[in-house]
Amino acid sequence: MSAVLEIEGLRKTYKSRRRGVRNALDGFDMRVEAGQVHGFLGPNGSGKTTTLRTLLGLIQPDGGRMAILGHEVPGALPTVAGQVGAIVESPQFFPHFSARDTLSLLAGAGDVPAVRVDEVLELVGLRDRAGERVKTYSLGMKQRLAVASALLKNPKLLILDEPANGLDPGGIREMRTLMRTLAESGMTVVLSSHILGEIQLICDEVTIISLGRRVAAGPVEQVLAQHSHGGVRVRLDAAEDLAAAAELLGRAGVAVTRHPDHLMLAGVDKPATVSRLLAEQHLYVSELAPVAVDLESVFLEITATAPVPGQHRQVDQSAKIGEPGHAGTTGGWGA
Amino acid sequence: MSLYVTELRRLAKRRLTRVMLVLLVLGLTGIVTAFAFSSHKLSPAVIAQAQAESDANFRDAVKDWERSIADCDAAKARGEQTEDRYGPNCGRDWKPTPEMFDPKWNLPYQFDFRAEFGVFIAVFAGAVALFAFLIGASFVGAEWSTGGMMNLLLWRPKRLTVLGTKLAAVLTTLTGVTVVLGALWTLAFWLIASNRGTTEKVTSGVWQSAGISGLRAWGLILAVGAVAFALASLGRHTAMALGVAVGVGVVSEIGIRIAMTIAGVRFGDRWVLSTYALAWFEKKWTLVDYRSCELVQGECTPKEMLVTWQDSALVFGIGTAVVMVAAFWMMRRRDIT
Repeated sequence: MSAVLEIEGLRKTYKSRRRGVRNALDGFDMRVEAGQVHGFLGPNGSGKTTTLRTLLGLIQPDGGRMAILGHEVPGALPTVAGQVGAIVESPQFFPHFSARDTLSLLAGAGDVPAVRVDEVLELVGLRDRAGERVKTYSLGMKQRLAVASALLKNPKLLILDEPANGLDPGGIREMRTLMRTLAESGMTVVLSSHILGEIQLICDEVTIISLGRRVAAGPVEQVLAQHSHGGVRVRLDAAEDLAAAAELLGRAGVAVTRHPDHLMLAGVDKPATVSRLLAEQHLYVSELAPVAVDLESVFLEITATAPVPGQHRQVDQSAKIGEPGHAGTTGGWGA
Repeated sequence: MSLYVTELRRLAKRRLTRVMLVLLVLGLTGIVTAFAFSSHKLSPAVIAQAQAESDANFRDAVKDWERSIADCDAAKARGEQTEDRYGPNCGRDWKPTPEMFDPKWNLPYQFDFRAEFGVFIAVFAGAVALFAFLIGASFVGAEWSTGGMMNLLLWRPKRLTVLGTKLAAVLTTLTGVTVVLGALWTLAFWLIASNRGTTEKVTSGVWQSAGISGLRAWGLILAVGAVAFALASLGRHTAMALGVAVGVGVVSEIGIRIAMTIAGVRFGDRWVLSTYALAWFEKKWTLVDYRSCELVQGECTPKEMLVTWQDSALVFGIGTAVVMVAAFWMMRRRDIT
């Protein structure tokens, strides 16, 4: 499969006399294959928006390589801009123009046929409100307009930063369907979002960034599998046998955590071996359930941003690759 | 070309552009209307009436003079002191003469196109320059502050081209407004002069001079629009241009003037911007150093310094160029966050 988007070793450093030197992007890598819906995840201040802005020529990088549709950017951006639709961060439009005027002016600037304006307005559900001024729109409607502006060019690569922000549940579902439909039509979609349930549902692959570096990447299932830890929950017919079962499994090299009515096992490759081991000692299981992980828990684990009772995590406190267990102390602002 | 046309459309669609244009037209119309009512054609009947008023005033003055002499003589006969009140010889030497009652003083104001239209070119330029400042600043300032510029750059990732095209759209619009309103302004004052004033001695030379003044007005309007545009782009907000304008106004017109006076600098007004604005419109402006006569006994002609419109062109040209270069340089260099 060919790469629509390639980023290698991207670096962006902000220097401030007051705040010192901060690496917003610290050798970040990313690769998006054609036709994918690709999730781009990271905690606040991790470098997501900086990456997208740099990719789109709004920020000048300090190092690294970027390519869109095989063209090196930012040098070739004027060449590929017509094939890239993007919204970056919150949708921002001139408040006194109507949605139709806004899109019409963008279409004019980009040599897009005027008929396309009505097509995208229909697509994002703004057809009947297209003549109203943007200042009267809700956040969700502005978001729809932003998506419409990104779709106006009928791009090959669609980059959406938090497209579900402000959308109602119906709107989120419509957006999900739209993303999938666009991907099926051959469009590649890069989706930055904090709604991880949505990402898990619609994305083929994900890239997770923390403190300016990639900390995980690959197909969603693969990323989940890499961080499932083989967790298994075990209940027995007789709760008084839990102590014996825990001792037996412990001797067999399984990590066991005791709970009042069940055991939690970790590092189990094949749950069937647990059942057999216990049955041999006449300990019979009533429940043997692999504990499924979701993208949210994986994200929190990878980025070390899970809330800890009694602590107030700061924006820059997240995981940095190569420093396991070390809540980062550098990098991050400006993203 | 499509970007240029789009930017022209965008500027025309903006509410501020439309509102300010309406206000500009209303303001100029108000001036024309008020002026039309204040000017009166000096017809033979009006001149005759002024002459009659003048004659009547003269006769009244003679009567008053004669009465005053009679009163004075009576007072003198009563042995009263009259010098202080009536003057020596009871004021007989101060007999009013017809020359003292010029009929011109009784004539209503008549607009003289030849003599006065130049002032109205400056008035027009001032009003349109204010419009240019607001439109130039807000067109790019609002685009920056509302995110419109970022959106546009996602479509046209050529920063200098985008900024340059926006500037071209502003300058084109200002030129269009200046030409159309300038023509209407000239026509209005010509009509006022024709119907309620005078167009005497309006030769081709007068038109040529008015045309050159119009070109200077157009240049000033474009420069003001361009500077406002560049300042708002530098600050990425309309308020930046407005703030600088107020700052420069206060510093130049008040601060420098006071500082130069306190420091005793000769021709201190040469450092004040309005001097060059006046020279630009008047073709030349003379600064006078009255202090050069302070220690001179007898007749003294104070020293003078001439500021020409070419000096103004240099000052305004360099100022505009510096701000423009800074705006484009920053557009090229700065991250868009």
